[in-house]
Amino acid sequence: MANLHINDIQVGYPGKKVIHGLTLPPLAIGEVTVLAGPNGAGKSTLLRAIAGLLRMTGSIRFDEQELSSFSIQKRAGYVSFMPQAVPTDINLSVIEAIISALKASPLDAVSDDNLTLHHRAIAVLERIGIAHLALEPLNQLSGGQRQLASLARTVVREPKILLLDEPTSALDLRHQLKVMRLARSFAADGRIVIMVLHDLNLALRWADRVIVMDQGAVASQGHPTEAITPTVIEQVYGVRIRVENCSRGLPNLIVDREI
Amino acid sequence: MTPDTATIAKGYRQQFTRRIVLLCILGIAMLVSFFVDMAVGPSMLDFSQVIKAVFSPDAVELSERVIVWEVRMPYAIMALLVGACLSLAGCEMQTVMNNAMASPFTLGVSAAASFGAALAMVIGLSLPGVGGDWMVVVNAFIFAFGATLLLQLLSSLRGSGPEGLVLFGIALVFLFNAFTGIMQYIATVEALQQFVFWTLGSLSKANWDNIPLLFALFLVIVPLSMGSAWQLTALRLGEESARSFGVNVRRLRFFSLLRISLLTAGAVAFAGIIGFIGLVGPHIAKLLIGEDHRFSLPASILSGALIMSLASILSKSVVTGTIVPVGIVTSLIGVPVFVALILHKRKR
Repeated sequence: MANLHINDIQVGYPGKKVIHGLTLPPLAIGEVTVLAGPNGAGKSTLLRAIAGLLRMTGSIRFDEQELSSFSIQKRAGYVSFMPQAVPTDINLSVIEAIISALKASPLDAVSDDNLTLHHRAIAVLERIGIAHLALEPLNQLSGGQRQLASLARTVVREPKILLLDEPTSALDLRHQLKVMRLARSFAADGRIVIMVLHDLNLALRWADRVIVMDQGAVASQGHPTEAITPTVIEQVYGVRIRVENCSRGLPNLIVDREI
Repeated sequence: MTPDTATIAKGYRQQFTRRIVLLCILGIAMLVSFFVDMAVGPSMLDFSQVIKAVFSPDAVELSERVIVWEVRMPYAIMALLVGACLSLAGCEMQTVMNNAMASPFTLGVSAAASFGAALAMVIGLSLPGVGGDWMVVVNAFIFAFGATLLLQLLSSLRGSGPEGLVLFGIALVFLFNAFTGIMQYIATVEALQQFVFWTLGSLSKANWDNIPLLFALFLVIVPLSMGSAWQLTALRLGEESARSFGVNVRRLRFFSLLRISLLTAGAVAFAGIIGFIGLVGPHIAKLLIGEDHRFSLPASILSGALIMSLASILSKSVVTGTIVPVGIVTSLIGVPVFVALILHKRKR
């Protein structure tokens, strides 16, 4: 089965290297991987590098193909990125924006037939649960609704690798759970889902794998309960925590104090 | 209640139809304004005489025919073309620079083109092999393109947000105005008079020789703009998103800036400095029709042409018997709209 291999990559911005020589274990199709870590740890930078938005050295391979050698257009057939910040002043309806995401560059898998495209856009809205917002202008939505609309644009091209940068940051509890459940179902469709999350409890509950990053490197990684341990969290975040199982046997992270 | 697929698809189709209808209305308004523009002038013709002179020239007196065909029509067509070019340039510029205040005039592209024109008019400086009236056109283009590249370079620097870009644009306006000032200072009285009148923005240069040139430029550029409509719409969703949808943003931006420079240079070369059309036209278009560029680009073209045509009518009606340079009229209308836009933005 095709895996994503990230090998010895170096990424940064002009004058500032953020990630130096990072290698990850292969990320498999069907898995949800959460990137965690303090602000400035390099999580978003790593996502952007996989998305091809930043210059990098090293290798990112998927299905025996080197992604970094692809053109922007070809890469878009494999990878899709949902940015953290979404512009607020766009005078486009939710469905127009989704259709423009589909039409922005040719997509092999989709027929050019407009009716098919429209139905595909509507199907994504229904799956995400915002079909009732289809004809609303983006500049009149709440922050959370805008984030869900952005998620819809990101998944509509049906990429193999889905990169979500803090997709739950503007969402209420119910919608946070909804997005996590969606992330799992996108993975179950045969995708690799990689998301940045600050809420470690969501990571514990929903991820297959957690990668805790610190200063551009991997501090720990593995099954959520293996990666998120009091020792690692203390070292990386500088806070004392406990991970305890709740009455249903699910792991729960409790923050005690700063160190 | 969540609507079903058929309801949403129907709603989307209705949205589509509504926008087509709005485009048609804008087009009709533009045509009406065009004919009124031809009817207004020192020797008042009535509307019906104008229509008759246009559609059956042989049925009207020679003097009317000459007035309509040789004087009024080139002038009125030039108004439409200049408005359309500047407004289309403004619409693309606002998208590729991600800035609602961007337009060739506010960001100094017109000022740069104007300096290029001054070089040609005052000291006859241009590229080797270029002569005559072409010097103004070629110089205007070179400087317009240089200014857009400079703006592009600056907006790609880290830490320069949309506000920074506008401030840099203002700096460009001052810089090129200063250069132009030097040209004016050393100019002969005749060249100075010619140049000052040109900078006021006027349609009086319109004739059947230069209209086809500007029209040809417009005809070449419009399909190229429309061909990028989906990509420009995607760019409105943010640069990172657009790239993730497979848009080569760098290339899109480069060719868009090339089109903007050509459109601005064309308009400036033939009509001088016409302010604010490139800002107000696209804003009206987007307000009416949204930001799906399949519609907002043609709507900008039509609204720019309409506003310019209305300004041309006003320029002939403010002072009886005199044609005020149309650039003065567009600035007088444009400045309050510009201020209103800034205040509106701030409130949000």
